Amino acid sequence: MTVYLDNNATTIVDPHVFEAMEPYFVQKYGNPNSLHLFASQTHPAIKQGMEKIYAGIHAPTTDSVIITSCATESNNWVLKSIYFEYILTGKKNHIMVSEVEHPSVIATAKWIESMGCKVTYLPINHEGIVDVQSVRDNITDKTALVSVMWANNETGAIFPVEEIGDICEEYGVLFHTDAVQAIGKLPVDVQSFNVDYVTFSAHKFHGPKGIGALYVKKGKELIPLLHGGAQMGGYRSGTLNVPGIVGMGKAIEQAVDALDFEMTEVRELRDAFEDELLKIKDTFVVTPRNKRTPNTILISFRGIEGESMLWDLNRAGIAASTGSACASEDLEANSVMEAIGAAEDLAHTAIRFSLSRYTTQEELDYTLDIVKKAVERLRGISSSYAYAPEGHTSGLDAHH
Amino acid sequence: MGIDNLIGGTIWDEYSQKVTDLMNNPQNMGEITQEEADAMGAKLIVADFGAESCGDAVRLYWAVDPKTDKILRSKFKSFGCGTAIASSDTMAELCKDKTVDEAVKITNIDVELAMRDTPDVPAVPPQKMHCSVMAYDVIKKAAAQYKGVDMESFEEEVIVCECARVSLSTLKEVIRLNDLTTVEQIADYTKAGAFCKSCIRPGGHEEKDIYLVDLLEEYEKEKLANKASLGNDTTTNSFAEMTIVQRIKAVDAIVDENIRQMLIMDGGDMEILDIKENGENIDIYIRYLGACSGCASSSTGTLFAIENILKEKLDPNIRVLPL
Repeated sequence: MTVYLDNNATTIVDPHVFEAMEPYFVQKYGNPNSLHLFASQTHPAIKQGMEKIYAGIHAPTTDSVIITSCATESNNWVLKSIYFEYILTGKKNHIMVSEVEHPSVIATAKWIESMGCKVTYLPINHEGIVDVQSVRDNITDKTALVSVMWANNETGAIFPVEEIGDICEEYGVLFHTDAVQAIGKLPVDVQSFNVDYVTFSAHKFHGPKGIGALYVKKGKELIPLLHGGAQMGGYRSGTLNVPGIVGMGKAIEQAVDALDFEMTEVRELRDAFEDELLKIKDTFVVTPRNKRTPNTILISFRGIEGESMLWDLNRAGIAASTGSACASEDLEANSVMEAIGAAEDLAHTAIRFSLSRYTTQEELDYTLDIVKKAVERLRGISSSYAYAPEGHTSGLDAHH
Repeated sequence: MGIDNLIGGTIWDEYSQKVTDLMNNPQNMGEITQEEADAMGAKLIVADFGAESCGDAVRLYWAVDPKTDKILRSKFKSFGCGTAIASSDTMAELCKDKTVDEAVKITNIDVELAMRDTPDVPAVPPQKMHCSVMAYDVIKKAAAQYKGVDMESFEEEVIVCECARVSLSTLKEVIRLNDLTTVEQIADYTKAGAFCKSCIRPGGHEEKDIYLVDLLEEYEKEKLANKASLGNDTTTNSFAEMTIVQRIKAVDAIVDENIRQMLIMDGGDMEILDIKENGENIDIYIRYLGACSGCASSSTGTLFAIENILKEKLDPNIRVLPL
């Protein structure tokens, strides 16, 4: 049996989405900008796809939803555009991002910082939620942009984007949110609060990889990132990804339709699974359930390093994730766990299970069984639960 | 770069079969209790190294025969990733039947070699070498405990890169002999800094006393000091008295030392085309290359900087004219 519980990384493409995309590879393959029937054939599908994408985030048709290649591109674009438009020109000298943004925001912010811009990394509280007060405390008339994600990819923590949007409006500061983990898990309506830029990506909600989008409110324009044939109104040149647009349109339509299911059925599955996991001794979850996306669990098993747990799960055909320690190139602890200020010995023990509307009870039952076996085996190996003779002072508590 | 770098991949793909097998089924995992040690007539040593908060920790148990110093039984418990567990297991295996003095000589490199499937293919990917280091450290700790001495007494030299076990003296020597100027070169020559990268510069996984960048800086300073003392010794002609060849060489030397690095960092460069006397002035004609040609500051800030440096170092009548 294989079980896929890594839906915050990517998702299975919905068969209906795949079906909708299929005609645009072999049959209707024209370049939409050409002057012939092969091009014209694609136009209705592009229009329909774009309308669905607009509808998916409730964007007015007078605003822009620019198609990009991925969320990383969208995030880079907003921050770099702000740099060229406001920082380089000396109009402003400051941006703010949360300390637990996706690397595509953090790394770009660091680049902007290296170019001489002041960057505030907004802290998160003990529940893993960005602190609104810190936005208010750090915002100035020289702040060009605040970028705070809608929901965190590791913990699922939902950030107070409405309140942050209000503060930005009050100070006349642009506000960007990375909504990659929000679409299909939470209601997303760009007209319901003050937001200028919104990033999202199709493959996180059962659409294809290689296509993302950037919502830009009317009047809050951007510097073009890719110059060329003036596609996407001249903001983002490059031949239109016709099957991608069709696929993203279909996927967001279905994700919005399935939102109720996600917020009830998926949430119930998640909650019951989490209850069972928490019955295992010495397990910890940080962000309270009602402050999380309905599909995500970040859980620590004391004494078990994250990669070891993934190893045992993987051997049993189960896909989960850890941002921690040895599983990543840089050997660092899970950045969210560190930012939360979780007990230090737990920073390397976090495992993320992320469900989707395709997850079944049977899969979770099987996973629970495997997790229990893995915990038993790995705690058996772990020095954290090891025998020490009388009088032995443990040397494992301090830093080396 | 190249295709392998572009695709990336997962660290697990690079584990040897031995590492995989040991992670799945560690051979020496377990404990030695006081009662068991007593029954063997052995001294029980329990040594800890690392911490969960750092991502890996190991507890090593030895039953040592007090008469022969021989390690009769060797067991471990470990918090860590697959590499950490497999390394601890291998380390415990290598300790068996050795005397404490022999065991102290086991390094993390021996552990890694023992985990290889074939002699020339590493057992773990570079960034995982770090996880085998604690296997080495915990042996020293156990031996120190047994002998009642300080752990540091087993360290004969200062190790800068623990993953590749490269000492300070080796690094200094290799940098000087080969005139190394970058950390990449150091890695190519010594393997230092090629694994967990903590020793390259501050801010890595582990804090260090000495970093590779410090050693490069020290050597750079030393070179400059040597140059300065040489410059004082030799009496050079004034720029105005030099032949055209000498002048071009002199200008080139100044450019090399003070300017070129700066241009190259921005993706450009420059070349000297000609040097002519125009009345009182000495005009140096240059051409910008790469990103410098067309750069706005090439006719303003950068140009003034070049001119000022040459004026100061060679002759106040110098003018620099880009073509």
